[in-house]
Amino acid sequence: MADVNLNKIKKSYDKTEVVHGVDLEIKSGEFVVFVGPSGCGKSTLLRMIAGLEEITEGEISIGGEVVNNVISAERGVAMVFQSYALYPHMTVFENMSFALKQAKAPKDEIQQRVTEAAKILQIENLFERLPKQLSGGQRQRVAIGRAIVRDPKVFLFDEPLSNLDAALRIQTRIEIAKLHSQLTATMIYVTHDQVEAMTLADRIVVLNQGIIEQIGTPIELYNSPKNQFVAEFIGSPKMNIIDVKKDTNHNLKIINAPGQTSKIGVRPEHLFITPEGETKIKGNVRHIENLGEHLLCYINIGGENEITAKLDVSSSASLNQDINLGWVSENTHFFNSTGISIS
Amino acid sequence: MKKFSISSIFAQLLLIVFVFVWIAPTFGLFISSLRDKDVLAISGWWTSFTTTDVNEIYRTKGMEAQIEEDGYFIIKDKVFEEGSGKVISRFGITSKNIDEFMVGEIAVFKDGSEISIDEKGNYFWRSKEKFTKKKGKRIFVSATSPPIFTLDNYKEVLLREGLGQAFINTFAVAIPSTLIPLIICSFFAYSLTWMRFFGRDLLLATVIAALVVPLQMSLIPILSIYNDIGALFGVAAKSFPGIWMAHTGFGLASTTFLLWNFLKSLPNEMMEAARVDGATHYDTFMKIVVPLSIPAFASIFILQFLWVWNDLLVGLVFLDKHPSEIILTAKLKELLGSRGENWEILTTGAFISMSVPLLIFFSLQRYFIRGLVAGSVKG
Repeated sequence: MADVNLNKIKKSYDKTEVVHGVDLEIKSGEFVVFVGPSGCGKSTLLRMIAGLEEITEGEISIGGEVVNNVISAERGVAMVFQSYALYPHMTVFENMSFALKQAKAPKDEIQQRVTEAAKILQIENLFERLPKQLSGGQRQRVAIGRAIVRDPKVFLFDEPLSNLDAALRIQTRIEIAKLHSQLTATMIYVTHDQVEAMTLADRIVVLNQGIIEQIGTPIELYNSPKNQFVAEFIGSPKMNIIDVKKDTNHNLKIINAPGQTSKIGVRPEHLFITPEGETKIKGNVRHIENLGEHLLCYINIGGENEITAKLDVSSSASLNQDINLGWVSENTHFFNSTGISIS
Repeated sequence: MKKFSISSIFAQLLLIVFVFVWIAPTFGLFISSLRDKDVLAISGWWTSFTTTDVNEIYRTKGMEAQIEEDGYFIIKDKVFEEGSGKVISRFGITSKNIDEFMVGEIAVFKDGSEISIDEKGNYFWRSKEKFTKKKGKRIFVSATSPPIFTLDNYKEVLLREGLGQAFINTFAVAIPSTLIPLIICSFFAYSLTWMRFFGRDLLLATVIAALVVPLQMSLIPILSIYNDIGALFGVAAKSFPGIWMAHTGFGLASTTFLLWNFLKSLPNEMMEAARVDGATHYDTFMKIVVPLSIPAFASIFILQFLWVWNDLLVGLVFLDKHPSEIILTAKLKELLGSRGENWEILTTGAFISMSVPLLIFFSLQRYFIRGLVAGSVKG
């Protein structure tokens, strides 16, 4: 249990700066998710906290202590890797006890702590197995167990679910959430999957090209994104961005000229079919995906511009037909020409 | 379904050809080394499995062996040693007609004495007169001889020709010359792969550059340096530690390169996990890298051991030709000069020198195959 502070953190490889001065305060016991597209610097940031990457500039402190020059083993952090990173020649028990043995902990303490951790993850019956004899889900549990055993102040997760299949991913996601409420430790979690971010996080940090775009609770990010990038990144399918222009009557007019114009954003789930008179946008249905619970319609609104609408299965959308769509005004997001949100 | 394309058939045939080209001489050498030296000189090894027809001349015993019985003087003996397994079909008593008589017939000499012989070579020679000559008569036998194999050649070569000592010497050279570079290079390769330090890439480039330096180029300079160092400490330049160092040096580049290749295929995240778990580089190396590198170590051990075992040049340059120092290949070369006519010695010596590489290869081959493909497939 410790808070983590990042103070103007920069990271460069040779002359290329990949993280441009990140400031972040993570409170003790908080579950923070770093999310962003690949190459945004989220993993680099995590690895700097773990002590696996040098910090080019700035300070990281864990529990009030600056750890820039502290080796990772002494930072009180434990890391769970994407590829599990288990030691293939060691049994599950040996894998989980490796860190404690390195720290020269007494034998009965090792036994007790490993057993406790295994109990939490229900892997006690796997102690004598080798990693290759385990399924993907079991391996990831062992990797998490290896972190728990160390009783760290901060848990670091580097895309831990990416190597699991869809069903296991959801199951493990729930387990990690439970784990957090059980252990009440600070957790920092890196993912590119915004669903994981939304479901797990107390606060989400959206990163893009080495800077923080927005920090906030999942609902904050969903309801009031600060800019177009966050708006598009959070939510699935992503928010529709439509170029608009004010006409002489101060009414917004939808145009198809990206660049110099203002934009509005509407989430696909907020769109619905309207009668002719109340239509806000017209288009031609180009493709329909039926997901059973709803339809995803890809609608051409002129030129190359396409929007997505999440419609009810019983709706009348059909392929290659014109469609009239509308939305409730509160659900409109406004952005200026540089993509910054205006409210 | 397996496809039988032209190219796969061709590949199979090629494989069979290679196997044959390799197996046939090896097997021949092995069989030859087990054959009687006299037979070896006159017939090929492929004849040794079937019974062969042999014509032999035997001289009967002379007058001392005669006994008197029922008014006849009789000489009885046998022409073959007990248990030779040879079977006589015909015999003769003159060199003009060596297979004149069937077994069981009675041949009459000019002096009137009669001789008969049975299949097993027991002859019965009787005369009414007393035998007066010291020398017996010649008899010619045509017989079939079963295959004979013997370990005599091995006894001869190992104990009397000094190949046994050379065999031990070669082990004394090969084992340290394999283990020392393996130990040094595993540490070296680890540091090149997983440690960051100034000049690392330059060091790696040097290793790769050293791969192309031919060994012959550096033999004489190194020996002359050895001589100087030896003179300084008052020890002989040519000695076992000297050749260990020479082989270590020559093997360093390739061993490091192969190990570096293997080690960099180990997953990065595993190394980082060890770091977060509090393992130092030394711990990581000993507790994680070494156990995972056993297949690579085994295959490099085989390569280096075979290279050292089969080496002649380095052994000739860095060791004396004393019986206590000479290595197997040098000894064989020496035998080729002095005992070139004695095929039984050469075949046996050759097979002894081959036996160890064969043994090593077959006992470690599963590591060898795993080692060569190590890193190519994610385990």
